[in-house]
Amino acid sequence: MRLETIAFNNLRRRKSRMAFLVIGLMIGVATVVTLISLTNALTADVQHKMENFGANILITPQSDNLSLSYGGIALGGVSVDQQEIRQADLTKINTIRNNRNISAIAPKVLGAVQAGSDRVMLMGVDIDQEFHLKRWWTISGQPITQENQLVVGASVATKLGLTAGSSLSVNGENFTVSGVLQQTGSQDDQLLIGSLPTAQRLLNKPGVVSLVEVAALCADCPVEDMVNQITAVLPNVDVRAIQQVVKTRMHAIDQFRTFSLAIAAVVVLIGALVVFVTMMGSVNERTREIGIFRALGFRRSHVMRLILLESAVVSLLAGLLGYLVGLSTAQAILPFMTEHNVNFHWNPLLGGSAMLMALMIGCLASFYPALHASRLDPTEALRAL
Amino acid sequence: MAFIEIQNLRKTYSNEADCVIALNRIDLQVQEGSFLGVMGPSGSGKSTFLSILGGLCHPTEGKILVDGIDLYSLGSEKRADFRREYLGFVFQSFNLIPYLTAQENVMLPLAVKNLPVKQKRELANQVLGRVGLSGRIKHLPSQLSGGEQERVAIARALVNSPPLILADEPTGSLDTSTSIEIMDLFDQLNEEGQTIVMVTHNEENRPYFDRTILLRDGAVADDQNRAPKKMAQVG
Repeated sequence: MRLETIAFNNLRRRKSRMAFLVIGLMIGVATVVTLISLTNALTADVQHKMENFGANILITPQSDNLSLSYGGIALGGVSVDQQEIRQADLTKINTIRNNRNISAIAPKVLGAVQAGSDRVMLMGVDIDQEFHLKRWWTISGQPITQENQLVVGASVATKLGLTAGSSLSVNGENFTVSGVLQQTGSQDDQLLIGSLPTAQRLLNKPGVVSLVEVAALCADCPVEDMVNQITAVLPNVDVRAIQQVVKTRMHAIDQFRTFSLAIAAVVVLIGALVVFVTMMGSVNERTREIGIFRALGFRRSHVMRLILLESAVVSLLAGLLGYLVGLSTAQAILPFMTEHNVNFHWNPLLGGSAMLMALMIGCLASFYPALHASRLDPTEALRAL
Repeated sequence: MAFIEIQNLRKTYSNEADCVIALNRIDLQVQEGSFLGVMGPSGSGKSTFLSILGGLCHPTEGKILVDGIDLYSLGSEKRADFRREYLGFVFQSFNLIPYLTAQENVMLPLAVKNLPVKQKRELANQVLGRVGLSGRIKHLPSQLSGGEQERVAIARALVNSPPLILADEPTGSLDTSTSIEIMDLFDQLNEEGQTIVMVTHNEENRPYFDRTILLRDGAVADDQNRAPKKMAQVG
């Protein structure tokens, strides 16, 4: 028999009150865990999307009237040699300090070609890098594997009546259509896509690229820094960060996070209040019992420890259950908030924090009731005496 | 020096209107091994007397020494330690903790002591045996009869082997035959040398006391010694 025994037996044999306490605190912890898990999952989701989204840095020839999109195509015809980016320079990008954050460098060359009787845009790409970057590209047929193969955009395919396996004459050379790009809604639909060397030869732009897309791999890595670093190694080009999408998304998540924290604070406060009121009620109900303890020679500190011990047990239980419930809830809600399957995993840090938080709230909320209990006058408590 | 020394004890309760004198200048000495009965009508100050003697309630004036320790010169935490080491309380309505078994209730005074749990359990079983409850140690108070609950309360008072047992109306809520059993038990403990102070208004308990004081209006109105039991039996 130790103080623990008394605490445990009290909780064990007065289950309804304990259940009430545990539920009160558990709801608070569960809410916090849910919101934190959701925010984390959404951040991870954005990060994941960004990595799939591809380029977030665009390198274009230095020029005042160039647009940043594939609208640059329009300049293909009027481009002057010294304004083009030299392919050989691109290796310098790999020398920047943050080079570990670069996941892909995708150079391309753009220009108009004669395909049969029509003039269409041809884009020469570094096959591996480009397809790595544009994960959303879906090709009916095969990607390019040989020099004389092309992938065609959906609109071009319709216009020219091409399907996978068709053959096509471009600037007098014969090519095979290895695959058709499914509708993307972007300029990609208007393009013929070939390998970079082939396109450079067809467009007569040997060793030159029209623009480079660079994908940097993380959500919060210093894109601006990387832009500056690339500018430093490639002085004669325009380097810009495409951040708009990410920024907007991150901003929304930040707002959600703030909102979550506010809600969590309110719920936790209510939880603490439930613990406080219940413990206070429990102490008042146990006035006589506490008087007995005191008469039997328990010190004030013993009584306090007894009450705090009980709330610690309840809090830890509530913390554990709250973590489990919160995680399950987050898992249930998440599919409604994002289309991606973000894989959830046990987060021991979050679990530990949840338990610690519950313990702190429980003990803080029980501190005054415990103090009150220890200050009860034993004769008041034992009116019969 | 006597085991219990009470000097000029005075206790008043004051509320807004008037001042109630609960105990008025009591001087008393109790020898070790005696069975003192404190009797008197309700309102005579018996309960206040026992609370003060039990270190639960500050007197307005006066001193109480138990075994040479001046009770109210101790701090409140020290007085709690004193209660644990020197006193065994037997309360009127048993005051068992409802969610603890008989054995656990008996172990309560040991809960804050630094002893191996096994030893505490053995001590508890031993005193439960002494009060004749060996077979009921795992029962909750609600599963015990009134007399059995009283025995658990007595065992709890005994478990720490305190020099002094304070009993407040221990037969107050028991029927006559159970009362006799309980009083016989107290008598037996006293025979074994246990000092007991018992507050009661039940005249039937009087023959068990070897000294009876009568309180009236907070003062000692009568103080009678009885011939030692054993000699009386011989006579």
